[in-house]
Amino acid sequence: MTDMEKKTGQSGQDRIAHDRQDGGNDPANKPDWAAGLRRLYDSVVEEPLPDSFKDLLSKLDDTGQ
Amino acid sequence: MSGGSPGEASEFKRELTAVIPHLRAFARGLCGRPDLADDLVQETMLKAWSARDRFQPGTSMRAWTFVILRNAYLTEMRRNRFRGEYDENVAERILTAPAGQEEPLHLADMHRALMQLPPERREALLLVGAGGFSYEEAAEICGCAVGTIKSRVGRARAALNAMLEEGNIPHRSSSDDEAHGAILGELDEITSGRGKA
Repeated sequence: MTDMEKKTGQSGQDRIAHDRQDGGNDPANKPDWAAGLRRLYDSVVEEPLPDSFKDLLSKLDDTGQ
Repeated sequence: MSGGSPGEASEFKRELTAVIPHLRAFARGLCGRPDLADDLVQETMLKAWSARDRFQPGTSMRAWTFVILRNAYLTEMRRNRFRGEYDENVAERILTAPAGQEEPLHLADMHRALMQLPPERREALLLVGAGGFSYEEAAEICGCAVGTIKSRVGRARAALNAMLEEGNIPHRSSSDDEAHGAILGELDEITSGRGKA
């Protein structure tokens, strides 16, 4: 869409699963909650997808809206 | 709508499908309620699908859809949909998490601490500290200056550090009952604190 999205493009996607940076936080001095925050986020990412999402995805196919 | 071949549409759908778990995680961190978070994600998916012609293949689907999700969230916030119900219902929602999806309690602690942050700081911390976006990417998603994001993340970190130092987040209890009691007690405090403020 814009330059902004081009910039955010690959790097953001490549980092989805691994090798995240903590935005400049000093890794040697990382508080406990920093890992907790990641785990909290990851715990949702790893949840099985509810059926409602599969239903919605199949609707996108059908309607082609 | 300007075309888009069936192949492009299916590639778009594949990428959209791949980011759903991240949309759910971001949404839950933003609004704190699993059911409303999933509503937001579904709304986001529909909006993204309608706007798919505007997505540039090769750019980050996650960043693109996060912007849509964020806008949907802010719209709901302005309608007061979350704020009015949050205090009353969040305890119940934590306690009625579907079987097999229960978080270990330390994650519940983390969740509660996160929800005590002002929304702008929580959002910035989620993007940078959990979502793995750079400050620059987070600033682009939020439509604000990089310095603003840095400031929000810094304040969010300081607040979480302070909560931990002051022991404001209840520690894990030996039994679930005690733990749930601690959660409810904490929520009461939050509720009454907000009432005064």
